Amino acid sequence: MTATATRPERITRNGGRRLVDLVARVRELGILAALAALFGVTGAVNPSFLTYGSLRDILLNTAIVAMLAVGQTLVVITRNVDLSVSSVVGLSAFGGALVLADNPGVPIPLVIAGCVALGAACGAVNGLLVGAAKVPALVATLGTLYAFRGIDYAVAGGRQVNAADMPDGFLSLGTRSVLGVPLLALVALAVLLVVGWMLRNLRSGRELYAIGSNPEAAVLAGIQVRRRIMAAFVANGALAGLAGVMWAARFGTVDATVATGKELDVIAAVVVGGVAIFGGSGTVYGAALGALLLASITSALAVLRVDALAQTAINGALLIAAIVLDRLLALRVAAALRRRRFHDDN
Amino acid sequence: MEDTPVLALSGVSKAFGAVRAVRDVSLELYAGEVHALAGENGAGKSTLVKILSGVHRPDTGQILLDGAPVEFAGPADAQQAGVAVIYQEPTLFPDLSVTENIFMGRQPRARLGIDRRAMRASAAELFTRLGVQLDPDQPARGLSIADQQLVEIAKALSRQARVLIMDEPTAALSGKEVARLFGVAKALREQGCALLFISHRLEEMFELCQRVTTLRDGAFVASDMIADITPDDLVRRMVGRELDALFPKQETTAGEVALSVRRLTREGVFTDVSFEVRRGEIVALAGLVGAGRSEVARAVFGIDRWDAGSVEVDGKRLRPASPTAAMAAGLALVPEDRRQQGLVMDLSIERNIGLAGLAALHRGPLISRLAERQRAKDWAVRLQLKFARLTDPVNVLSGGNQQKVVLAKWLARKPSVIIVDEPTRGIDVGTKAEVHRLLSELAGTGVAVLMISSELPEVLGMADRVLVMHEGRLVAEIDRADATEESVMAAATGRTAA
Ligand SMILES: Nc1ncnc2c1ncn2[C@@H]1O[C@H](COP(=O)(O)OP(=O)(O)OP(=O)(O)O)[C@@H](O)[C@H]1O
Ligand SMILES: [Mg+2]
Repeated sequence: MTATATRPERITRNGGRRLVDLVARVRELGILAALAALFGVTGAVNPSFLTYGSLRDILLNTAIVAMLAVGQTLVVITRNVDLSVSSVVGLSAFGGALVLADNPGVPIPLVIAGCVALGAACGAVNGLLVGAAKVPALVATLGTLYAFRGIDYAVAGGRQVNAADMPDGFLSLGTRSVLGVPLLALVALAVLLVVGWMLRNLRSGRELYAIGSNPEAAVLAGIQVRRRIMAAFVANGALAGLAGVMWAARFGTVDATVATGKELDVIAAVVVGGVAIFGGSGTVYGAALGALLLASITSALAVLRVDALAQTAINGALLIAAIVLDRLLALRVAAALRRRRFHDDN
Repeated sequence: MEDTPVLALSGVSKAFGAVRAVRDVSLELYAGEVHALAGENGAGKSTLVKILSGVHRPDTGQILLDGAPVEFAGPADAQQAGVAVIYQEPTLFPDLSVTENIFMGRQPRARLGIDRRAMRASAAELFTRLGVQLDPDQPARGLSIADQQLVEIAKALSRQARVLIMDEPTAALSGKEVARLFGVAKALREQGCALLFISHRLEEMFELCQRVTTLRDGAFVASDMIADITPDDLVRRMVGRELDALFPKQETTAGEVALSVRRLTREGVFTDVSFEVRRGEIVALAGLVGAGRSEVARAVFGIDRWDAGSVEVDGKRLRPASPTAAMAAGLALVPEDRRQQGLVMDLSIERNIGLAGLAALHRGPLISRLAERQRAKDWAVRLQLKFARLTDPVNVLSGGNQQKVVLAKWLARKPSVIIVDEPTRGIDVGTKAEVHRLLSELAGTGVAVLMISSELPEVLGMADRVLVMHEGRLVAEIDRADATEESVMAAATGRTAA
């Protein structure tokens, strides 16, 4: 509380910003610290973890999940969730691969654009269900998770597209590097920076946070809530579509089961990255770092020869640790705000 | 002055199911005029506001903008037309900064994206204009209700609207802040803005407004120039009958000490607070908004922990930070923030009333729905609650009626010590007297009452003793005989030493 009535005018304080920024940074710094520890320890035990090839693999593994995590963040910020991304990735990967295999000579950029459009269309279906028909996102996207996968199976009819069926120009997208950095990682990085900038600097970006923070107030503020939620789902779908092509280019062998279950990795990355699952706060940078951390752990455990089953448990433990950390930080901030306000008043 | 109104309603009605919230109401807002909207709790004031702001669509009737009929499909349309609204309940985004809250959807733009610096500067400027000290970068989460209300006011002002609608903006503010707000409102009036003002405090309407429209049970009663009527006329129009003045407390003899607070300190919030409340006594805790009164109440009740000191109820020390222990000892707290602390908004009226006293409703291992309903019915009648069905969720009730449900919930427990935080905030004149009568009656039956109130007439009329807090410390204890507006205000503003 501010005892506004009793004090002469004073220059407005500046501590709140620093505090809030600090927390956001602490969150991301925390992940960086965890990454540093992970690389330090694993590298000390087995130096092959720090070789160029190993690091390159980690970046490649991160790229696709990070891109999906960036898209998912857009949706989660609005207090929704999209479980169907893995199916969209599957549909896009198989669809793209099939077109490339059946039509030699088709322009690759056209195929990529088509896959992105396909993803966006899937996102639009989710957006309509959630934004317009008011179906809770959890249920709606669980439904489309199965529906999109079903379409994928129907189209595939048990077929599998192999690397040999696809043009080399396409496959090289998945393996090429620019200045030693895998192209796919660069694409993901570009997406991350663009989306991150938009969320921070565009009105529409800020409105996504507002919607997740207090949906009723967003309506009263005159925000086009439905349209924004639609847009978040469409953007997420488009990124999933792009991730699908990347998948096909990277792995070369594609069937109808591609990316099954990946949605959980994506959501885990988002949560570990500090995006509030009830909307309103979090950044895409955090989500991408979360994806990087999870991918690094998976690689590290492989290098350390830890049982694959234990990996799942470790990911789970990490999730819980992230949530506990968030809780503690929130309490600290509340206490700090309280104390600061009082001291400033007196 | 009889030119075309900037914004007008003509023959507007709105029903929610069977509840006819607004019936055939007409209202004209003129440029350069502050128009008051008066009526009891549930009279339909907020519903009318929401029709003007495009939240609700009228079932019948028209909205006229500069004399021409318009349709508002949503709040965005009304904003486009130059209507800014301060809603009764704050509508903030807790995760975003105060600045972003003010400018959401209309952030100033630079060549590339939002111009944060300009936005922050405008927010700081607004706060200076309102005379408040808020950090523009602070998140809205955790703001006191008064500060939330101030942010709402800043938000509405920043729209530079032609029509400014304020639904009980002063309910949570103290005198000084109200004066500031009125200063700003009068300046806007001079600039030709049309204002609509809602308050349950008659003196505020008479100070600020030129015209007043009265509603009763959703229906239009009268529209008068303020200069032509007296406060008594207005009350008669609102209530439809004569009303006794503020209810003075009956004389009771104070019994033994029921609540004893010793050197209570919560670091950074309040320091070294000691006082006693005896059975049959009403003790008021006065002070400015932000002096730490509600915080003391929360700590005593065990919601917040304290760092030093002790609390005793009927001679037994309370376990710190345990509302359960406090309740078991016979303590009750009617909190100031009804939406967040007092009610489960989605539960029914009867459930909410039953919540605090579930033990009394047990028949064997189960809760008796019948007893629950009976209790809710009793209290609904006593507090003149306006509702459709007891099974309706409380979030469809009007603001004042929600407050009544909170009161009923705690009064129904028959506590031995009750702490009421701003018991009549947002409550209409008729029921206010009723609440005062209830508190007095409670004291008469030997309950110790600690009443936090920012309304001086209420404090002076009700309290046997007045404790005054200033900046987290108890600075004065004034007996009923010596308590005057001057003595209490002097202590509250820190002009006397304890
Ligand atoms: N969304 C809704 N659904 C159902 N009933 C509603 C809804 N909104 C308001 N009402 C009912 O309409 C009536 C008028 O409510 P309104 O909020 O306009 O009163 P008010 O005059 O603002 O009262 P107060 O002074 O207590 O704020 C009340 O009986 C209320 O229960
Ligand atoms: Mg109201």
